[in-house]
Amino acid sequence: MAHAHEVKRYSGLMDWLTTVDHKKIGILYLIAGGFFFLIGGLEAILIRIQLWKPLNNFVNPDTYNQLLTMHGTTMIFLAAMPVIFALMNAIVPLQIGARDVAFPFVNALGFWTFFFGGVLLNISWFAGGAPDAGWTSYVPLASSTFSEGEGVDYYVIGLQIAGIGTLVGGINFLVTIINMRAPGMSFMRMPMFTWSAFITSALILFAFPALTVGLVALMFDRIFSGNFFNPSGGGNAVLWEHIFWIFGHPEVYILILPAFGIISEIVSTFSRKRLFGYSSMVFATVLIGFLGFMVWAHHMFTAGLGPVANALFSIATMLIAVPTGIKIFNWLFTLWGGSIRFTTANLFAVGFIPTFVMGGVTGVMLAAAPADYQYQDTYFVVAHFHYVIVGGLVLGLFAGLHYWWPKMFGRMLSEKLGKWTFWTFYIGFHMTFLIQHFLGLLGMPRRTWTYLNGLGFNEMNLVSTVGAFLMGIGTLLFLLNIIVTFGKPKTAGNDPWEDGRTLEWSIPSPAPEYNFAQTPLVRGYDALWKEKTDGNNGMTPAEPLGPIHMPSPSILPFFMALGLFIAGFGFMYRNWIAVAVGMATVFLCMILRSVKDDNGFHIEPDELHDKGVKA
Amino acid sequence: MMKRWHVLKRLLPLMAGVVLLLSACGRADLSTLNPQGAVAQEQFNLMKLSFIIMLLVVIVVFAIAIYVLVRFRRRPGDNKIPVQVEGNHKLEIIWTVIPLILLVILGVPTIQSVFALSQDYSKDPKAVVVNVTSHQYWWEFEYPGLGVKTAQELVVPIGTKIAVEAKSADVLHSFWIPALAGKIDTNPGGNVNRMYFETPAKEGIFLGKCAELCGPSHSLMDFKVKVVDQASFDNWVAAMKAPAVLPEDPAIAQKFQSQCLSCHAVGDMGGPAFPNLTGIGDRETVGGILVNTENPKYQNEGSTYDNLYRWIKDPQAVKPGNQMPKIDLTEQELAGISKYLAEYKLNYESETLANNDATDDSQESKE
Repeated sequence: MAHAHEVKRYSGLMDWLTTVDHKKIGILYLIAGGFFFLIGGLEAILIRIQLWKPLNNFVNPDTYNQLLTMHGTTMIFLAAMPVIFALMNAIVPLQIGARDVAFPFVNALGFWTFFFGGVLLNISWFAGGAPDAGWTSYVPLASSTFSEGEGVDYYVIGLQIAGIGTLVGGINFLVTIINMRAPGMSFMRMPMFTWSAFITSALILFAFPALTVGLVALMFDRIFSGNFFNPSGGGNAVLWEHIFWIFGHPEVYILILPAFGIISEIVSTFSRKRLFGYSSMVFATVLIGFLGFMVWAHHMFTAGLGPVANALFSIATMLIAVPTGIKIFNWLFTLWGGSIRFTTANLFAVGFIPTFVMGGVTGVMLAAAPADYQYQDTYFVVAHFHYVIVGGLVLGLFAGLHYWWPKMFGRMLSEKLGKWTFWTFYIGFHMTFLIQHFLGLLGMPRRTWTYLNGLGFNEMNLVSTVGAFLMGIGTLLFLLNIIVTFGKPKTAGNDPWEDGRTLEWSIPSPAPEYNFAQTPLVRGYDALWKEKTDGNNGMTPAEPLGPIHMPSPSILPFFMALGLFIAGFGFMYRNWIAVAVGMATVFLCMILRSVKDDNGFHIEPDELHDKGVKA
Repeated sequence: MMKRWHVLKRLLPLMAGVVLLLSACGRADLSTLNPQGAVAQEQFNLMKLSFIIMLLVVIVVFAIAIYVLVRFRRRPGDNKIPVQVEGNHKLEIIWTVIPLILLVILGVPTIQSVFALSQDYSKDPKAVVVNVTSHQYWWEFEYPGLGVKTAQELVVPIGTKIAVEAKSADVLHSFWIPALAGKIDTNPGGNVNRMYFETPAKEGIFLGKCAELCGPSHSLMDFKVKVVDQASFDNWVAAMKAPAVLPEDPAIAQKFQSQCLSCHAVGDMGGPAFPNLTGIGDRETVGGILVNTENPKYQNEGSTYDNLYRWIKDPQAVKPGNQMPKIDLTEQELAGISKYLAEYKLNYESETLANNDATDDSQESKE
């Protein structure tokens, strides 16, 4: 091969450890996030087995509290966020006509820090007990006085390391979307998924530092006998609640906005219609992101903030229903008058709409503070947030994965197995969680290891447990689908759904390393659809065919994350040698990265897989 | 437009029916849907209002969704390209303004209720003030105006406002009596929270729960609220202040004093750090969850004596992680102390309440 670059290119395992290609990093995020999703799901199944009958003793109360903590923490930080990042990595650069993200090296660093943070958190199971103070880790229960052992230390350190990954990932996407759009791709021509990735990244930028500050303070309390949250030392326990939810509520929108974006793409594609009210959709997304920072105290209505705060936060929370309602109706009117095709992806998407509405309306009910005094910390809340996170986000992720699978892997998932996945998961989901609303209203608090007999909770809990098993079967069917699909040849074309509207469907599946042989010229919203309706065969290139500059692979991100991982253990067990070794690795990698000039390499036109069009 | 209104009017009875179905749901002593006091009733009214509004939203969305999905599905061989609609300002304004109006309808009573329920009745001479202190995993109730302290069972008179001042001795807990009022968190470090609730006009026993994860036995941190008539309440206060009665058998009495009263109190004797045992034989439960009944049906039920025996024999088996150690007692001492405590009654109840157990049971069998 006649290419004039000196950069070493790896294959096999080394390729995956050193890759800075956003598509491969997307796949890494998917594998790791999927793995943690299975762990979190297993924890959920164990929780439901414990609760299938009253006064059950399947797991003891200590283990139960560890399970509920790790289920929440794993699902939010290690499953949902990474799978969102998987889709953002795999699709956003393609949707804006970019060849990679703005900072490919940082992208790899983001993945590896998330991965090692997640692994560290889960090692706690084998190191004397997982964290057990809930995913919210409220103090004083999470303080070293009431949670002895290292469990909560794993939470504090693991999430700090994983949080670095999320934060740099968010910054990376902000810069990418602002700077790397193809010619003609103005902000108001960006696909809805890219818009939602943009707003989500902005939320990450402002929300995650709050979490980091809280975790550092908690770490000081636990490891260095600090007093931030210790009332007897002049600290304040309610302070943690504020810090946690100043992060925690935007986090909810960090999770759900990408799902909104996915649904917008899919509903539009499979009804063959332009997204109804695109500009109001953008406006609603921005508004939800903004209001998301104004409502954190609705998680604390019973914490004793007083009537003024409770009233203000009630109203602010209710207001979020307005932009959310705009989105719901826009989706429905995108479908209205369309030609709707029920692929698996679209089944998940149209299944999402009513389910999310049910989660949304209970959200408004919860916003009425005096009524929330009754709902707070009961199964009503558990039902509500599973309706928005599972019925919203997870259905959205399933939809997105079925939709973009051919673009990521070049193979179509089996539609037959996909439909089985949808129906088992969907029915299982409603069975599990609809009934939990009533459990809460009838007086069952959440996070309870068991419940007494004769209170009228038995049958409903049993139904809920059966539903959870159905969801488990649905997930296994999806896994089976993936395995079966990998046995098939890569036959997916550029536009396998035939009605693709956005740029990612203008290039081969899977996308080549450089994405676009020639950067496309974007002439309007739904760029590819516009070319199709104008009778053009694909996009018009915005540049002549030429050498393509690529970033070189690097092992440094892997070692930087590994260094943090080792240092994390050192901090937990006060082993200062491990801290020194770990931090030295991190700084050495940083120095290497800084002093070594890395200009990347070029792919010459004669190496391109698709020869492109002459400009 | 008129037509749409007609549809709505036809839906109204349906929604009223659903709300009726909702109310009186669940046990009268536990369910938020079957409120027994004025505060819970006000909260339930707000729940109903929000539910009706939200049901309306859900019905509209579901109706449009079902219509769209059936009407506009792609038929085989259909290859036409639908009209690419960009949007519709009129529609978009409608679905922005209508939710805003709905939110005003919900928001105004919400704010009114937030302020109404935050009233401080601790200075009201007609109200009973109770200082609630939560511990891992039990509840302490102190009546500062009456000079009485008890645990696990809040005794209050009928038709009265109870002004609660809540705090925690250790981690966060949340004080919740679903049938009487929503919850308030108990915070550590002198961060006192206030709330109030109103007791119903008739006697009854209500279940209370801890609603904030507080450790392994969080799910077992139940308590009872016993609403009694004014005369019984006055009797109770007087009896609580009366000098302690010790076991008749001097050996048991000696053991009880040395082993139990180092932590617990009866009457004017013993220590204040752990649950007050005065009149424990009258209580509905032992440790909050072992229900005292002569006809035990479930694992957590037994006679008062059996429950006390079971608790003292191995407290950790009943409530894992609680602070009470296994006390070194002979079989005879264990039985003697259990018997003494089971028979330690204050006999303050008027007849109506004494019969209350029966009505409670009939409710359970209805379940």
